[in-house]
Amino acid sequence: MAKVVVVTSGKGGVGKTTTTAALGAALAQIGQKVVIVDFDVGLRNLDLVMGAERRVVYDLINVIQGIAKLQQALIRDKRVDTLALLPASQTRDKDALTEDGVRRVIAQLRQMFDWVICDSPAGIERGATLAMRFADIAVIVTNPEVSSVRDSDRIIGLLDAKTLKAERGERIDKHLLITRYDQTRAARGEMLCIDDVLEILSTPLLGIVPESEEVLRASNLGSPVTLSNSGSGAARAYFDAARRLMGENIEMTVPSDKVGLFGKLFGRRAA
Amino acid sequence: MTSVVDARQATATRFVCRSYLAVVLTPEPPIVEWIAEIDQRIKGAESFLGGAPVVVDLNAVKLSKLAIVHLISELEQRGIRVLGLENVDAFSTDPGLPPLLRSSHSGTVIPDRAAPPAHDVRKEPTTLLLDKPIRSGQSIFFPDGDVTVLGSVASGAELVAGGSIHVYGTLRGRAMAGSHGNSRARIFCNKIEAELLAIGGYYLTAEAIDQFPKGPVQAWLEGDAVKIATLDR
Repeated sequence: MAKVVVVTSGKGGVGKTTTTAALGAALAQIGQKVVIVDFDVGLRNLDLVMGAERRVVYDLINVIQGIAKLQQALIRDKRVDTLALLPASQTRDKDALTEDGVRRVIAQLRQMFDWVICDSPAGIERGATLAMRFADIAVIVTNPEVSSVRDSDRIIGLLDAKTLKAERGERIDKHLLITRYDQTRAARGEMLCIDDVLEILSTPLLGIVPESEEVLRASNLGSPVTLSNSGSGAARAYFDAARRLMGENIEMTVPSDKVGLFGKLFGRRAA
Repeated sequence: MTSVVDARQATATRFVCRSYLAVVLTPEPPIVEWIAEIDQRIKGAESFLGGAPVVVDLNAVKLSKLAIVHLISELEQRGIRVLGLENVDAFSTDPGLPPLLRSSHSGTVIPDRAAPPAHDVRKEPTTLLLDKPIRSGQSIFFPDGDVTVLGSVASGAELVAGGSIHVYGTLRGRAMAGSHGNSRARIFCNKIEAELLAIGGYYLTAEAIDQFPKGPVQAWLEGDAVKIATLDR
C-alpha cells in the first residue's frame, strides 16, 4: 500500500525542498520505490536540487490538463533507479492546479510507487492546501526559531482541518523534522532548543538535521545530500528519518559531521 | 436635484438582521381559564413580564382567525403587547395581526408556567472540552459557557468563551472570557505566556501579562481591571 507524504512548513526557506529530495533519495537508497512531486508551480526548485533541470519535458500541470501522460512527465533518477521526479511547471501559477486533477495524478502514482512525496510550496494558499489534500502522512519541517515554529503550528492546524483524511474524521499522521539545528547556538540560547519546539508543537519528532555546509554544497551540485555525501551528519539524519518513516525504532540523535562537544558529552555515536 | 435623491437612496437602503430575546406565552385550552390564570399572575406582580416583548405560541390550541384577534385584544387589554405569533398556519393570519415568527428552538422555556418565573428554570450547564492543542490561526468561539483546553493554546490562536476559560497547557494566544459581559468569568491556565487576556470586555495586553512569573495563574475582573495572581498549589 503506497503512502502519500506531504513535506510542508508554512514558512519559506526552512528546507522543504532539500528535505523532500534527501528523504526521497534516502528511501529509494534503502530500496523503496519513490516518486517526489513538486507542487511549487511557478517557483519550481526540486528539479534543480535533484540535478534534473535539463531533463524536464512535461510537468505536473501538463499531466493534470491531459496534455501529457504521467509516464512522459516522470523523470527517472540516473543515480538511484527506484527514484523518480514529477516536476512542477515553471511558466504557470498555482491556479493551474485543480483538486480533481491532483486527485487523479496522486491516485495513479499510488499504483506505481511505495512512496509519493509531495513538496509543498510555502504559504497556506492553493498550492500548499492541494499538496497536503490527499496525504496520509505529513512531515512538518521546522527551524528552531519562533517564526518557523508558529507557522508550523498553523500548518498543523490546517492538516487537522483541510486534508481529506481529516474531513473523513480520520487523523493524518504528523511528524516533525527539525532542520538547521545548531547545538552550540541552542546551548547559548540563540536558538530554540528541541524541547521548546516539541513542547510548543506537541507533535512527535521524526528527526533532527544539523546545520551543515554539506546540505548547501549538495543543493548546488544538484544532488540530495544522502547521495552526494552519505556519511555527513545531515545525510545520516535523513537516513534515520527515512527508517523511522518506515516504522523502525531508531534512537534520536543529532548526527554531526565530526566528533563534536555534543557527541563527547553524551557519548552518542558521532563519526 | 437628482444627486440629492441618489444620496438618500444610498444611505436609506441598509437592511440589518438582529436577533432579540422575547418571552413566549403558550395559551392552552380552555382559553378562558388560561386568560384567568394570566389575570391571577398580573395581580401578583407589579409589572407582569416587565414590559418584555411577547410572542404567542399557538402550538397547543387550534384557533380561528376571529379567535386569534379576540385573544390578542384580551392580552392587550391587560397591557401585554404581542410582538408576533408562532405556530399558526398562514391562512389564519391577516395584515391586522402581529407577524408570523419562527423560532430556531422547539420546546422553548415558558416562563409563565412555573411559580417564580425564569429563576427556577434550570438550564443545563454547558462546557466545551477541547482535547487537542489549539493551533496558531485557530479561533474557538463558544458563547454558551466555559471552554476547557487540555493542551496548549498557541501564539496566534484565539479563544472566546461566554463563561470561564481553563487551559491545562500553556496559554500563548489570546483568551477572552465572559464575552457577553459576564464579569464573573475567569481565566485559568497552567502556564501564562498570553498575548491578550480579556474578561467581560476589559483586557490586559502582553506587556502587562509579562510582568507576572510564567507559572500557573488565574485572571479575574475587579471593577474594571483584570487582575492576575499565581495559583497556589
